[in-house]
Amino acid sequence: MNELPPAFAAWFAARGWSAHPHQKAILARRMAPAQLLIAPTGGGKTLAGFLPSLHELASDTHSGLHTLYISPLKALAADIRRNLRAPVEEMGLHIRIEDRTGDTSHSQRRRQRADPPHILLTTPESLALLLSYEDAPRIFAGLQRVIVDEIHALAESKRGDQLMLCLSRLSTLCPGLRRVGLSATVEDPAAIARFLARHPDPCDILHADPGPDPDIAMLETGAPPPWAGGGGRYAIPAILAQVKRHKTTLIFHNTRAQAELFFHALWLANEDTLPIGIHHGSLSREQRERVEAAMVAGELRAVVCTGSLDLGIDWGDVDLVIQVGAPKNVKRLVQRIGRANHRYNAPSKALLVPANRFEVVECVAALQAVRAHDLDGDPRPPGPRDVLCQHILITAAAGPFDAGALFAEVTTAGAYAGLSRAEFDACLDFAATGGYALRRYDRWQRLQQTGGKWHLRDPRAARQIRMNIGTIVDTDLLKVRLKNSRGGTPLGEVEEAFAATLTPGDTFLIGGQIVRYEGLREMTVEVTRRASGSPKIAVFSGSKFATSTQLSDRILAMFQQERWPGLPAHTAEWLALQRDVSQLPRRDRLLVETFPHEGRAHSCIYGFAGRNAQQTLGLLLTQRMEQAGLHPLGFVATDYATLIWALDPVTDPAPLFDAAAMRDGFETWLAGNAVMKRTFRSAAVIAGLIERNVPGQRKSGRQATFSSDILYDTLVKYDPHHLMLRITREEALKGLVDFGRIEAMLERIEGRIDHMPLPRVSPLAAPLFQEVGRVPIKGAGAERLLAQAAASAMAAAGLS
Amino acid sequence: MNGFDFTLNGADLAALPSGALWWAAERLLAVSDLHLGKSERLARRGGTMLPPYEVRDTLARLEADIAATRPAAVLCLGDTFDDLTAMENLPEQEALWLTRLMAGRRWIWIEGNHDPGPTSFGGTHLAELRLPPLTFRHIAAPGAAAEVSGHYHPKARLGGLSRPCFLIDAARVILPAYGTYTGGLRSDDAALCALMDDRAIAVLTGKAAHAIPMPRAQIRPRASTSPR
Repeated sequence: MNELPPAFAAWFAARGWSAHPHQKAILARRMAPAQLLIAPTGGGKTLAGFLPSLHELASDTHSGLHTLYISPLKALAADIRRNLRAPVEEMGLHIRIEDRTGDTSHSQRRRQRADPPHILLTTPESLALLLSYEDAPRIFAGLQRVIVDEIHALAESKRGDQLMLCLSRLSTLCPGLRRVGLSATVEDPAAIARFLARHPDPCDILHADPGPDPDIAMLETGAPPPWAGGGGRYAIPAILAQVKRHKTTLIFHNTRAQAELFFHALWLANEDTLPIGIHHGSLSREQRERVEAAMVAGELRAVVCTGSLDLGIDWGDVDLVIQVGAPKNVKRLVQRIGRANHRYNAPSKALLVPANRFEVVECVAALQAVRAHDLDGDPRPPGPRDVLCQHILITAAAGPFDAGALFAEVTTAGAYAGLSRAEFDACLDFAATGGYALRRYDRWQRLQQTGGKWHLRDPRAARQIRMNIGTIVDTDLLKVRLKNSRGGTPLGEVEEAFAATLTPGDTFLIGGQIVRYEGLREMTVEVTRRASGSPKIAVFSGSKFATSTQLSDRILAMFQQERWPGLPAHTAEWLALQRDVSQLPRRDRLLVETFPHEGRAHSCIYGFAGRNAQQTLGLLLTQRMEQAGLHPLGFVATDYATLIWALDPVTDPAPLFDAAAMRDGFETWLAGNAVMKRTFRSAAVIAGLIERNVPGQRKSGRQATFSSDILYDTLVKYDPHHLMLRITREEALKGLVDFGRIEAMLERIEGRIDHMPLPRVSPLAAPLFQEVGRVPIKGAGAERLLAQAAASAMAAAGLS
Repeated sequence: MNGFDFTLNGADLAALPSGALWWAAERLLAVSDLHLGKSERLARRGGTMLPPYEVRDTLARLEADIAATRPAAVLCLGDTFDDLTAMENLPEQEALWLTRLMAGRRWIWIEGNHDPGPTSFGGTHLAELRLPPLTFRHIAAPGAAAEVSGHYHPKARLGGLSRPCFLIDAARVILPAYGTYTGGLRSDDAALCALMDDRAIAVLTGKAAHAIPMPRAQIRPRASTSPR
């Protein structure tokens, strides 16, 4: 069957449309156990996913739930419900479509459990919650299809792993359940297919016509970009000119703080008062919804945004995407570009704005990669075990289970296909007893075994398990409100650690306005608009993306060109000068420059390992230099290099890079590291060792709740091989610590280190001196500094 | 002793970096809010199963303080146990350890809101202790003078670090929580600002004791919460 059923054909015809080949293909092969559709934005992807369901529900007298649609965004679920209503009503189909998210009312949710609609639109977390109820088998009885939208995005996070564990459960409850994944362009469709399909079922991969190549270029600016820093404020006149020339422009930034600063500067330069909004994850929901509504209504000419706009909703007539700052990752760039021009078969238009001189090189490399359709990405790691621990608890909340059967079930999830029984048992033991080596909870186990089945010892625990569902762990955020007698307008959120640094009178940017900190009241940051002067920057949690390995390799390859006709003259001259004075870094060697500057001995290490790994490298090398008596004082890291300053010069860098010694130092350093503690906290929350901070609960329990750092330190001291510490270590290695890329770099260079002693700063190293984020090295001096600070505070208060 | 020395109503006291209070004249060591058995209590109630190591960690630190000060008397200023059942359920090894620490010295239990009852460990059990010129009780009484108390788990921030702290003014000292599994209440909380006078100081604990002016809320909250 490669033709549409008559009712559908008539509907398409009435609208003057014809079905896309991939829409017909998905309908034709609808009985396949799994289908993955790769399609660009605007390709009718979502309708394609629903066509088989509409077809089956039109010709069938199905009762109960038929299709489950999962989206990473609540808003997307609501959006889809509206969009599906048109074809369903116009074809005269009697299909009940409802959404169910955290925003759905209590009564509506209860009714949905008792009497599920034909098509239920929901999120991974809401699905996990449904599966935790004892009546889950009844709710899902008869379910035929599950559609996972934006699966490429879900596959990049633990939400995707949780979802796939939930699908493994659903496949047990509903044998013959068919899965459909809808994905944007990705580098490795087969990997997404493995992630989606019930292992070892096959998965069809359907490719929609990718459409014409994007129209993408670097933005021409009058002035060259600055030597260092981010933000791209130098380009504001050129960007405003582009906004004027287009209907609607999305201006993407890599971090929230940069988006805020840019928006503020843009607003000051916006002499024509073009309607421009800002959208990022730290803004209040009300604020974001206002911008989204204005977007849909076509009232905005531009939106300054971050990854919060990467997904989903159809924003109407976006005809230009501007990426400020190097894209760091080609795949994400391509997906962002796809946000422009939702009309199928029209090229998307995008402009890149390098924020500094080095990013010019990176932008040119990214342009080459986009044109070559060379996307990047790291292989998906095996399914995380903290998520598995949560899944075991959710399963127990729904009812007694058999360990062997659950193991067989979870290993049908592609990400967990390689999970060993021993690893599974360790997670089960953790969920049941806490998994402690030195002392067991025998009487108070969370899960107990009766008649061969595991169940909750205390049924009250089910409620707590449900409250803890989900894999998104927020750092402690405080709401920001305008201070007034009635509670005040919510503006957004800042991290508690940032709020703690504020004293009344301090100013910071949020939602594009400078506000003045007045005080903290009941876990809310109160601010006024009485602000003057330049703002302190809000340090939002927006993680710094590291430049991908593939993109770094392209940059290194570009360095080896004889000349650089593709680069602007100012940048080509800079590289040529570096080649004259020193040398340009190469992929299979490590360039280390040493030079004196302002009375300090400097070393610059061009590892090209990405910001996180270069940062770790800085910590490890300074530690080794401290041991060697070179008195390192600090360092700064970027995506391509680490610059270290010390009292004494490095004369022979080779021993510093001894892999074995570095690994040793790494282990010691890692145990006490703040990154580990942060990683531990999120793993412990996901696995159910720590309860989430529930608003309101926190206030009353303020002495009772204690920092997760204490638990981390206690485990390191008494139970160093505990499952949570093993998970933490694995996560930290690939995340913010990124030691994997240091190992890969050391392997690649095989000891080939080019040491260039120079009389002065090299051209390539010079911009590093202007980088922010310098890390001072504190040895035993930390307590001494604290004592000095205390003494001067006492003296100032006349209390000594 | 690298503690912070101060005088309260004529008694010379030292706030030790460990969070214990040392009264050299009486050879008395006071610690507050040990919350022993917190992990057991949470697990018993069907909550999370925390690493069950806080009892041995807390006792090890107490043992070190006792070894360093050789006190004639140890005073536990309330909330020594997370609840009375947690006290009953203390694992045998850890109960023996506590008994061993008690041997050869006076031991005084002041009752707290978490452990309002006699202990099964011997020693003297009291609601409060008057040992002139000082009075020891778990929760500070507004208006009291020469008073040593605990309960609030005060903490304060200096140079980006938040640490448990002693709060000291002319009338009273409030001890930090000594137990491993304890959180803290910031010194700028209304309850603490209402108790402590304007010249109060905070002594941060850690590797050494650091005294600073007590951090207070810059803007007085409109209504102050009453102390619990």
